[in-house]
Amino acid sequence: MSGARDWRGLLFVAPFLSLYALILVFPLFRGMWLSLNRVDLFGDGHFVGAGNYVRLARDPVFSTSLLNTFVLTLMIVPVLSVVALMLALALNNAGRGAALMRGIFFSSAVLSVTIVTLIWRFVLAPDAGLLGELWKSLGWQPLAFLSDPHLVLPALALTTIWWSLGLPMLLFLAGLQQIPRDMYEAAALDNASRWRTFWRITVPALRRTIVLVVMLQTAAQLQIFGQAQLLTAGGPSGASRTAVLFLFETAFGRWELGYASAAAEILFLIILAVTLTQYWATGRAQGER
Amino acid sequence: MARLELSDISKAYGETPVLDGVSLTMEPKEFIAFLGPSGSGKSTLLRIIAGLETLDEGEVRLDGERIDHLPPGKRGVAMVFQHYALYPHMSVRDNMAFGLKNAKVPRDEIETRVAEAARILEIETQLDKKPAQMSGGQRQRVAIGRAIVKHPKLFLLDEPLSNLDAALRMRTRIELAQLRHRVDAAFIMVTHDQAEAMTLADRIVVMNDRRIQQVGAPMEIYSRPANTFVARFVGSPAMTLAPASLVASAGPFATVRLGDGAEVETRVRGNALEGEGLQLGLRPESVAVAPAGAATTVGKVELVERLGERTLVYAHLADGLPVVAEDEGNSRVRVGETVGLRIDGSAAHLFDSAGIGHHAEAAA
Repeated sequence: MSGARDWRGLLFVAPFLSLYALILVFPLFRGMWLSLNRVDLFGDGHFVGAGNYVRLARDPVFSTSLLNTFVLTLMIVPVLSVVALMLALALNNAGRGAALMRGIFFSSAVLSVTIVTLIWRFVLAPDAGLLGELWKSLGWQPLAFLSDPHLVLPALALTTIWWSLGLPMLLFLAGLQQIPRDMYEAAALDNASRWRTFWRITVPALRRTIVLVVMLQTAAQLQIFGQAQLLTAGGPSGASRTAVLFLFETAFGRWELGYASAAAEILFLIILAVTLTQYWATGRAQGER
Repeated sequence: MARLELSDISKAYGETPVLDGVSLTMEPKEFIAFLGPSGSGKSTLLRIIAGLETLDEGEVRLDGERIDHLPPGKRGVAMVFQHYALYPHMSVRDNMAFGLKNAKVPRDEIETRVAEAARILEIETQLDKKPAQMSGGQRQRVAIGRAIVKHPKLFLLDEPLSNLDAALRMRTRIELAQLRHRVDAAFIMVTHDQAEAMTLADRIVVMNDRRIQQVGAPMEIYSRPANTFVARFVGSPAMTLAPASLVASAGPFATVRLGDGAEVETRVRGNALEGEGLQLGLRPESVAVAPAGAATTVGKVELVERLGERTLVYAHLADGLPVVAEDEGNSRVRVGETVGLRIDGSAAHLFDSAGIGHHAEAAA
């Protein structure tokens, strides 16, 4: 291979590489650099080293926002994965009814976060909302989901689960359709109960899909933002402020770009660590089987 | 002893009938092959016996007990699937043990049975492998092992050899033949390969068009085909069917005239036959290439197939009828030649206008 020939090959990937460098690689390193500076929108800023990180470590608002994010992720990902799998199992047949239901369950996924929060505001509002009316009809005091610090995170989780169900359900459906039918027939001849067939045939066959869904959803929910911003703006008194909402307020409310970048780097490292751990753990489990 | 009885089984998928009044009784320890082309209903019948399909009408009995309403796992049958259907995430050992665990067989009994099956199938060293780490032939053994460990009354084999290459198929065929003598059970094998059916089965059930066409021992199917379908389907190359008409003859046996005017004296009794719409059935071995003096008729050679110990000659008679003849291994016949053909009527078959076969009486 001559050097000239290598260069011609590079030309083909050059459009992608330049775009990738411009919108991903450059901002990544720019963000790292910003996090080491004290910057606002109106000056050059100056280098502060680890100063922003030290400040973050002592900032109770940041640590609360991280905790809220973890709690939300733990509320959402397991329930979302299980419900999506159950829906996929229920809708995994060729009937026309099932096709319609698949469409209906997926439809929430195409809505934008603004519409979703608008809908759920109507559902969750204590005075005139759907759940409020339901509670009233049962003779109970309506719950103030969005203004009670103990209820706001479950309410956010519920909204998110409803919104995010479509994609995991589709992934599980695709996974289910990969399982050959004769596997189930062999299990039937092996006298396996439905429950045992599910645990010993279906779940092992869906392993990769389950790992994929959990990893994707974990990475996505650790970045939860739109619902929190639009439904509660992080309230009441920070009870639903998530990590990305903290970033947003710091960067575009108080214009502390360096400080916000430092928070972003920490969130980035957390997501990286969590997803790599999941990947490593499932890979190890597979190797041991 | 396991005895399977099928009575009057019918099955349709929506408007499409797939089985129509099928009845069969199997003897204990018998090996039966369901032989037929695609769409003949043979696989559906096997799946009905296994419990993987429901039947619309009829009964399935095993040892006198009606099993057609039982779930597959409770019927006392084991099945080897065409694509093996091994559980990919389980080891070979677990694949074989799965059914026994579900049936709550004690642990040491499971170990004994798995070890025994592994020994019979010579896969003792493979027990901890996953199916993906094995070759096709080894997977086939595991699939058979999974059936053996259940000690079923009846083995159901769905095209068991179709996924193996030619050499392995021959070997596995021999092994299957040996296996049946080691296990105390009956076998049903579905196949579209007549060589498999002929070599393995005690009796062959030839199926076509949703019905059983003939049930019989392999040589009986070959030498006394019940109708034109069986005659053409069994035997390779297929039997030649020549339109023929009865001519007057002195003896009790029918003599027929072919389209090109040649006359053939058969050993089929003539009195049961009507004159119209007859077909003469000729296997290649009853048509020989012969010098002009000894020939019944002549044919123009289209194709010469040299098989080593014999040669097959594909020819056309004067009226255009294709016929397959046999010649010796080092045949000198060439394509394009016109050769004499001697038709040996003593082994020929006659089929009446309804397609029913009439056969030569055994030579006195």
